[in-house]
Amino acid sequence: MEAHQNIILPEGSIEKQTTTLNFGPTHPATHGVFQNIMEVDGERVVSTEQTVGYIHRAFEKIAERRPLFQITPLTDRLNYCSSPINNMGWHITCEKFLQIETPKRVDYLRVIIMELARIADHLICNSIVGVDTGAYTGFLYVMQYRELIYEIYEEICGSRLTTNIGRIGGFERNFNNTAFTKLEKFLNEYPKVLKEFENLFTRNRIFMERTQGTGGISAERALNYGFTGPNLRAAGVDYDVRVANPYSSYQDFEFTVPVGTTGDNYDRFLVRNAEMWQSISLIQQAYQKVQAFKGAEAEVYHADVPDYYLPKKEDVYTKMEALIWHFKITMGEIDIPKGQIYNSVEGANGELGFYLISDGGRSPFRLHFRRPCFIYYQAYPELIKGGMISDAVVTMSSLNLIAGELDA
Amino acid sequence: MALQNEYIQAQLVEKFGDQVTGFSTSTGMLAFESPKAINLKVLQFLFDEPSLGFTFLTDLCGVNYPDQVGAELVVVYHLHNLKENIRIRYSVSTSVNEPDVYTASKLFESANWMERETYDFFGINFVGHANLKRILNVDEMDYFPLRKEFPLEDQTRIDKDDEMFGRG
Repeated sequence: MEAHQNIILPEGSIEKQTTTLNFGPTHPATHGVFQNIMEVDGERVVSTEQTVGYIHRAFEKIAERRPLFQITPLTDRLNYCSSPINNMGWHITCEKFLQIETPKRVDYLRVIIMELARIADHLICNSIVGVDTGAYTGFLYVMQYRELIYEIYEEICGSRLTTNIGRIGGFERNFNNTAFTKLEKFLNEYPKVLKEFENLFTRNRIFMERTQGTGGISAERALNYGFTGPNLRAAGVDYDVRVANPYSSYQDFEFTVPVGTTGDNYDRFLVRNAEMWQSISLIQQAYQKVQAFKGAEAEVYHADVPDYYLPKKEDVYTKMEALIWHFKITMGEIDIPKGQIYNSVEGANGELGFYLISDGGRSPFRLHFRRPCFIYYQAYPELIKGGMISDAVVTMSSLNLIAGELDA
Repeated sequence: MALQNEYIQAQLVEKFGDQVTGFSTSTGMLAFESPKAINLKVLQFLFDEPSLGFTFLTDLCGVNYPDQVGAELVVVYHLHNLKENIRIRYSVSTSVNEPDVYTASKLFESANWMERETYDFFGINFVGHANLKRILNVDEMDYFPLRKEFPLEDQTRIDKDDEMFGRG
């Protein structure tokens, strides 16, 4: 008799040695829309395949019809935990492309905001790692300081999460006294809170055992996978865009770049915490530099670029020139020069790059965002292979994946 | 001595002769191109040659120039030498009728998804890619949306009945 199998066993039947587990896209343990189809052997992950694209919004296509300043709100929605960095990264790219020199005071104010955004982002990421290892307290405790950071944004641009902060050439308005008062409050209170947050976690036995040795990657593999930001530095590579290619006058500041050794979840946590201390120091330095400006210099909050920087509203109503510029800018009638540029800034989770191609029209011919987490999320199967499912959850949080940035 | 654009250009010309062309420097970054047939050789050379050491693929993306007949699609690689801190831009072009380009995913793990994304939006077929399927768009999609032949919706159209969003 011919030996053949009459019944073809379906996937997941008893003959199969592993179980297929559909994890996400909406699952309480994934912070954002992430789907993973895992093959698990008991509690161990054998392999996994990630599905991305659930909130893809075609920003690169939309940007091809927008004048430069209208692209800023699109960048908000990439990494929405630190939108000011994206906004300013885009403005800095435009300024470099259009050869606009920004005044030092603008650079320092930008450093204050960008470092506040970095703290807000790291705060979320690290406290969520805490939540996923079973410690809710830290998360609730630090949230009020993210709230304070958002209040500072609110004083400067009027919004909290998707900030659309600043313009090409600087800020839309000067920082008011309330903003500075709140900044001082933050600088006074936050170091104590961060210290306490560290006390809760850093030498906590349960936390250490959950995070040490899980989700690790070597420096070589991390580089090959295109890791950047804290995740790369946790693996021991001291690459930071702020140091390598300084922008917004980062060369005027003293700070160190914390690095880890093992690239595991624990090192990523430590690197982020250390970066928050550096950010506090950067904000203090920048605030001192801002305070040192006197007289007319202390009122400067934007560069003089009539082609791209909207004139004052009073002037629009009373002066012809201002009215013309206002009309031209708002209607997007400014032709941008021909050329190409790739420029990047140190986003909160890695190197955020903007590749802009202009053919001399009013909007970019092509705009590509280098989104750090889209690139390093590829390494996720390698990071969690052989580990427990519960460690895979922690690894996902500690990579600081933001769905909005992943899917663009 | 720090690595200079001129040195990189000289090395490439020495190795590949007149196959590498279009050298230019814009905002400090060296850009050049080559025929698509040798893209892996160029990338491998830039990776392996100790004095160049472009071992980090920063970015890979596609561009569509509908007016360049025979070279409508372009793949742009941004490479970074982290030790010397110097970046270069390398591009290969391909015709839209035969959009086959060799994959760089064997050299850089990071190229895997970036090539999938480029395939997804521009339809560039990366030969040798292990898992070349759509990544951000739905699998059923039968066109490549970032190509210039697909314009965005006319903002002034009035035929759309869209009461919820204040149009129509």
